[in-house]
Amino acid sequence: MSARPIYIRNCVPVPLADIPACDTGSFCALMQEELDSRARVAAYFGCPSGSRVRLIAAIAHSRDGTIALFSCKAGAEMPSLASSYPQLQLFEREIAEQYGISFAGHPWFKPVRFCAPFGSGRDLFDRRIGDADFFAVDGEEVHEVAVGPVHAGVIEPGHFRFQCHGENVFHLEISLGYQHRGVERLVAGAPRHAVRAIIETAAGDTTAAHTTAYCQVMESLASCEGPPRAHALRALAIELERCANHIGDIGALAGDVGFLPTASYCGRIRGDVLNATALLCGSRFGRGILCEGGTAFDCDSGRLADLSRTVSTVKADFANAMDLLLNKSSVLARFENTGILTEADCRTLGVVGLAARASGIIADVRQDFAHGMYRFSHIPVVTHEQGDVFARAFVRFGEAMHSLDFVKELCAGLPEGGTRAACGPLAPNSLAVSLVEGWRGEVFHAAVTGDDGRLTRYKIVDPSFHNWNGLAFALRNQQISDFPLCNKSFNLSYCGYDL
Amino acid sequence: MATLSLSTALSPTLALACAPLLTGIIAKTKAFFAGRKGPPLLQAYSDILKLLRKGAVYSTTTSWVFRAGPVVSLGALLACCLLMPFGALGAVLSFSGDILLFVYLLAVVRFFTVIAALDTGSPFEGMGASREVFFSALVEPVFLVCLLALSGPAQSFCFQDAIGKGAQISLVPALLAGFALVVVMLAENARLPVDDPATHLELTMIHEVMVLDHGGPDFAFITYGASLKLWLFGLIAVRAFLPLHAASVWIDVLCTSAGMVVIGIVIGTIESVTARLRLLRVPQLLAGAAALALLALLAQQGALP
Repeated sequence: MSARPIYIRNCVPVPLADIPACDTGSFCALMQEELDSRARVAAYFGCPSGSRVRLIAAIAHSRDGTIALFSCKAGAEMPSLASSYPQLQLFEREIAEQYGISFAGHPWFKPVRFCAPFGSGRDLFDRRIGDADFFAVDGEEVHEVAVGPVHAGVIEPGHFRFQCHGENVFHLEISLGYQHRGVERLVAGAPRHAVRAIIETAAGDTTAAHTTAYCQVMESLASCEGPPRAHALRALAIELERCANHIGDIGALAGDVGFLPTASYCGRIRGDVLNATALLCGSRFGRGILCEGGTAFDCDSGRLADLSRTVSTVKADFANAMDLLLNKSSVLARFENTGILTEADCRTLGVVGLAARASGIIADVRQDFAHGMYRFSHIPVVTHEQGDVFARAFVRFGEAMHSLDFVKELCAGLPEGGTRAACGPLAPNSLAVSLVEGWRGEVFHAAVTGDDGRLTRYKIVDPSFHNWNGLAFALRNQQISDFPLCNKSFNLSYCGYDL
Repeated sequence: MATLSLSTALSPTLALACAPLLTGIIAKTKAFFAGRKGPPLLQAYSDILKLLRKGAVYSTTTSWVFRAGPVVSLGALLACCLLMPFGALGAVLSFSGDILLFVYLLAVVRFFTVIAALDTGSPFEGMGASREVFFSALVEPVFLVCLLALSGPAQSFCFQDAIGKGAQISLVPALLAGFALVVVMLAENARLPVDDPATHLELTMIHEVMVLDHGGPDFAFITYGASLKLWLFGLIAVRAFLPLHAASVWIDVLCTSAGMVVIGIVIGTIESVTARLRLLRVPQLLAGAAALALLALLAQQGALP
């Protein structure tokens, strides 16, 4: 007999007993079958189950809007599928690090975050942060450039190893983990008071998306449907966050090629969007407004009108700044054909979000796994086929413009009613998955409850976790001097990856 | 040949006193285009004074070579100032072939900057040094051909006759050489579109990355030296565009000073309205400058109609 996965929808809880538990062989067969059907691994994680560890795979089927779930009880060793399915490699390493399960045949078996194992798990690696083997290229005239973890600018810490031949990059390896705070472990045991604040800072520039994902997971476990007005306010927060980051990043891209006007204008416009977010909730980074069951407070019509006005000005100013940028041949010469990530590589690596859309993949959680406000109000998906820095800048431009329209539309017709519903106790022995399209891409949260209705395991997958390898691939056979530009065009999160 | 009088002493004095002002003008222009207020005009002076008051930190992997770099470089640049006339104000030192000495002194500056960078053993600085040496090997001949064209009519390879009071070049070759010299100036002084002086990204830098490990007074020397170098190249470019024979020395000085302000604004404008070139494209820009320089030489020789 062959096991079948259970297919669930975004934010619909499922009893743990309903998730098929396979043996190792059929688990691997199922994984292969699922990934061969053009599906993408959204998450693959361990979960304590009695004295053993249960591995749960969540495979996202964008076309059907379903998430396939299946599991197996892991022994001390599992066969690795990373060689055939590179998108699994980081997840397997993560499981190995967190639960001490080794993966036989993994092509590049090394720590992800250099953290200690969860609970009493075996420590497979036992290494200090940054102490790792790095891929090295042999031969005359090949040289290695190591950058970070301390950088010249005020940015997050990460270590980059380039294997170069002159100015040409053969290979880039990225080693992170410097900001590991143990977010997943801190959240286990919820509901607790401090959890929301922890989630808000899981990745500081994706506060609204991560908090929304968290709230949706808790609400679905508590069978609580938030009021429509709360969904609309959440969507406002998420889209403002998207605009602020896209606009700021386009400014930074212009700054990286030394094109001052757009760099300065976008820096200023980003500030306006952040201030608009502060209008909504008192925090420029969207903290404090979302809570389990809805939003912590309402937004009156006066402030909505203010917000709507700001958004109109922002849209006009941003269009102007983009006009300057897109009509400058010297800028286009830098953006075009730099850091190309092909669609095939994107699919192999499991790249998500704007980086995937810039390579021609039509995938957007807001459309494919719509939940909350996005079920009623749709935002067009922006794609480009080039996969280069220009494509990523252009997709950002399109998304920011659509989001500004969306915010304006919402401001004009925010649903009436309350903003918060009571969020009761969580269903015991259940699992819920929540997907949200953050500005970088798919934010995945999953929660597993125990007998007492408290969380035994909380899993977060930031889009950066999928995408860092995309950056490494985009840089192959590029000039090392173009690295900062490529890096900024992805602008991935370090702390979202490190958790 | 060494003629030290009040008027010749003025040329190096102006360079020493006003060079940091030129960077201030550039910064103000860039701020204007960016819609900002920008740093004060005299910010570069404050920066240099601040650095001079600081202590220096030296890596244990570096040797005396690292410490010698900024000192020798600044010394060579000060010597360059003695060779440079400010328009009709003569140079302190002037002799046939002083242009060659000038070029070699700049090579000394570059050599010591590069080996001080290599002395740190940092891969960044090595990369910067490699880029610097590659591009300067392309820039140097262009610079020499330009000056050959400018000094052609006087039949002497001397600044006084090329861009000083003895300049006799006609308009067309002077303009051609002038445009080539502007490109040379941008490339030699790590300005856009060749290098980005404002970037903080080590991997893209050329000149800035070579001096990352210097601090305190050493970095003050480097900053001051960089502004002197920009002043000298700016002056050569300005004089190529202004081959005038003013009735009075002081009108000539006034015009040249105005030209220096204009060149600052021009650099600031170029830096504001263009993006930086990809490193691979820089040789093409320099090849364009070389073509202009050769045309200038041919035009000056009368080979062009």
